[in-house]
Amino acid sequence: MDRSRRRFVGTALAGGALLALPRSSLGADPIATLKVFVPANPGGGWDQTARSMEHALKAAGIVRAVQFSHVGGAGGTVGLPQFINQWKGQDNALMVSGMVMVGAIIANKSPVNLSQVVPIARLTGEYQVVVVPANSPHKSLTDLVAAFKANPGAVSWAGGSAASVDHIVAGMIARTVGVDPRRVAYVGYAGGGPAVAAIIGGQVTCGISGWAEFAEHIKAGKMRALGLSSEKRLAGIDVPTLKEQGIDVELANWRGVFAPHGISAAQQASLTDLITRMARSPGWAEVVKQRDWIDIFLAGAPFAGFVETEMQRVTAILKDLGLAS
Amino acid sequence: METLTQLGQGFALALAPANLLWAFVGVFLGTAVGVLPGIGPALTIALLLPLTFSVDATSVFIMFAGIYYGAMYGGSTTSILLNTPGESATIVTALEGNQMAKRGRAAAALATAAIGSFVAGTIGTLGITFLAPAVVDLALRFGPAEYFALMVLAFVTVSAVLGNSVVRGLTALFLGLFLGLIGVDLQTGQARLTFGVPELLDGINVIVVAVGLFAVGETLYLAIHPRGLAGQVLRVQGSMWLTRADWKRSWRPWLRGTGIGFPIGALPAGGAEIPTFLSYYVERRLTRHPEEFGKGAIEGVAGPEAANNASAAGVLVPMLALGLPTSATAAIILSAFQSYGISPGPLLLQNQPDLVWALIASLYVGNVMLLVLNLPLIGLWVRVLSIPPPLLYGGILVFATIGTYGISRSPVDLVFLYAMGAVGYLMRRYDFPTAPVIIGMILGPLAEQEFRRAMTIAQGDLMVFLTRPLSATLLALALVALFAPAIVRRLRR
Repeated sequence: MDRSRRRFVGTALAGGALLALPRSSLGADPIATLKVFVPANPGGGWDQTARSMEHALKAAGIVRAVQFSHVGGAGGTVGLPQFINQWKGQDNALMVSGMVMVGAIIANKSPVNLSQVVPIARLTGEYQVVVVPANSPHKSLTDLVAAFKANPGAVSWAGGSAASVDHIVAGMIARTVGVDPRRVAYVGYAGGGPAVAAIIGGQVTCGISGWAEFAEHIKAGKMRALGLSSEKRLAGIDVPTLKEQGIDVELANWRGVFAPHGISAAQQASLTDLITRMARSPGWAEVVKQRDWIDIFLAGAPFAGFVETEMQRVTAILKDLGLAS
Repeated sequence: METLTQLGQGFALALAPANLLWAFVGVFLGTAVGVLPGIGPALTIALLLPLTFSVDATSVFIMFAGIYYGAMYGGSTTSILLNTPGESATIVTALEGNQMAKRGRAAAALATAAIGSFVAGTIGTLGITFLAPAVVDLALRFGPAEYFALMVLAFVTVSAVLGNSVVRGLTALFLGLFLGLIGVDLQTGQARLTFGVPELLDGINVIVVAVGLFAVGETLYLAIHPRGLAGQVLRVQGSMWLTRADWKRSWRPWLRGTGIGFPIGALPAGGAEIPTFLSYYVERRLTRHPEEFGKGAIEGVAGPEAANNASAAGVLVPMLALGLPTSATAAIILSAFQSYGISPGPLLLQNQPDLVWALIASLYVGNVMLLVLNLPLIGLWVRVLSIPPPLLYGGILVFATIGTYGISRSPVDLVFLYAMGAVGYLMRRYDFPTAPVIIGMILGPLAEQEFRRAMTIAQGDLMVFLTRPLSATLLALALVALFAPAIVRRLRR
């Protein structure tokens, strides 16, 4: 029922787009059906990325219909083997993935990894932010780091589960300031809600998460933001970076798309072109803005190189945290 | 006074004909997915998220809220009639509810569940309207130490469902604790007892175990011992409606269940199951008819059903007051806010008062709709029981299988479902109680994680459980609950 309804809405939207645009502005003929593999359950970040792609692709008349397959679990490592084995050679298929999967593959000792799929493009990213409760005695990152260096065990860090992006950032900060990452008193939570409650209730010393997760609580004055993991200060966000405060940690929790192995170079190029056109469409810009994502589009060979570096970087820090061998 | 004015404006929006229709679609869908084992409100709402591209925000949230409340009503139906809990929060309902059905009192059980849900849902919504800020303050005082103490208190409730043999009951409890350990440990990222099966990394869904033990186990038992079928024909006897005695025995459990469910639901890590366990325990200890427990005591349906609906209302308190998603369903509803460019957070009420108040008003409306929808349905539901058992149980297997597959579309879950069915059959055959398995599976991992979080924060100092006043109070309550019954008995002698 759901799928047919989606197709109906999709056809209606595509029809509307066709009527609204002069024929010549459509560019190449739209692909009939794009299949998107989401290695997570409906509702999460990857699913939102996939649905936003559908929205933008149809609005720009690039594809007519998008079909989703969800195989959730364990940071995407349940879905990845299926995508590698069962989707091989399909030239109209894409998998949504991202940094979370890079970490999960290593931490879960997954037998397969991202070198067995074809990197197409990085789409969005989100920077991590270090916060303390509003009534915390630590007024600045310097205060927090001083306390942490004096007695690492007494500074508790709340974030997502162990080996998550949040934990990785905590480990990187520890390493940069010269504390053994294994001594980070990390308190893992399964969902954003309980972690936020622990932070604003003052149960932990500090917390780490994606900017969007904490933004409203920071604006409302329930948390104080001490540092952002971006390269430079972000427009409209009055929070200093970790870097400018002497902590050389830079990280974006990125999301991107991959194609299955076994497609030709020409097919790979046409998928890359399709996603590039989508990423430059006004519909995509609108969704990115609405969801507070940051557009860090990167396609083709540079993206493949980026994925390679990320895999090495994450492996190294997970080893330092004692979570990988 | 200001609250009332805003609530009035909310009602004006919620009672607009189009929104009433959305609310009805929501409660109807919610009841339906609540009835189906496995398919829950979170999945349903997630699948309906594309609607946010084309429908107005207020209408969508009114519908989602209807689905959420509706699922809590619907979940009890299959628990009572077929011993197949539709949601994890209605597992306790099956204990007494199904016994009532087996004694021809299905209609009364369904009625006390529906009316109790209405009472609890309405009081809970009043709580959201008027008490939210105070409840949120209390909820934020709960740290890992307090949660651990709460879990200890909840563990005491196992004693109410152990059955006749303590050894058998504890065996069942430990089976549950074992199942709860499977998966990646949140605090260290290491896999436990997964034997290289990636599908086990996220742990086993408690609903799969419950449906396997209860529904598949029961079906296997009846298939292997068909003589049981003769006694299995559940003829509906007596009035379809609650008798005077039923009302008298139900109203206090409804209120007590509400009192337990609402605050625990409002805790960011409280959940909907723990209040049902606590409510069942309290009713069993307070009843004037202890001999009926385990054989269909109406208090054992009224209390837990009220508790799970009140906790559903409680969950909305941190969601609307702080923008905190504390259940899977709340998380998905919050992600829908983002589709409209609304950032859910502590400022939600300030920035979107119309939307929030319309949502709250729609909860009152939805509750009334659910009562009106569910009471006449009782007559229809009990007729399900006149289906010949082989067909009925064949149908249950089909629904259990589809529902389980629907949770994560994983064949591994199906294998697990039937394996648990076989275990459920053996447990029934050799007289082991199944409820402690579920309690162990839900409470075990929660207690372990909270204990370790508390230890990380306190740098290994066990005294933290006693030096924090809330935690010490909860532990003292657990002691009282554990020993008071024995002491009272001795004093009476």
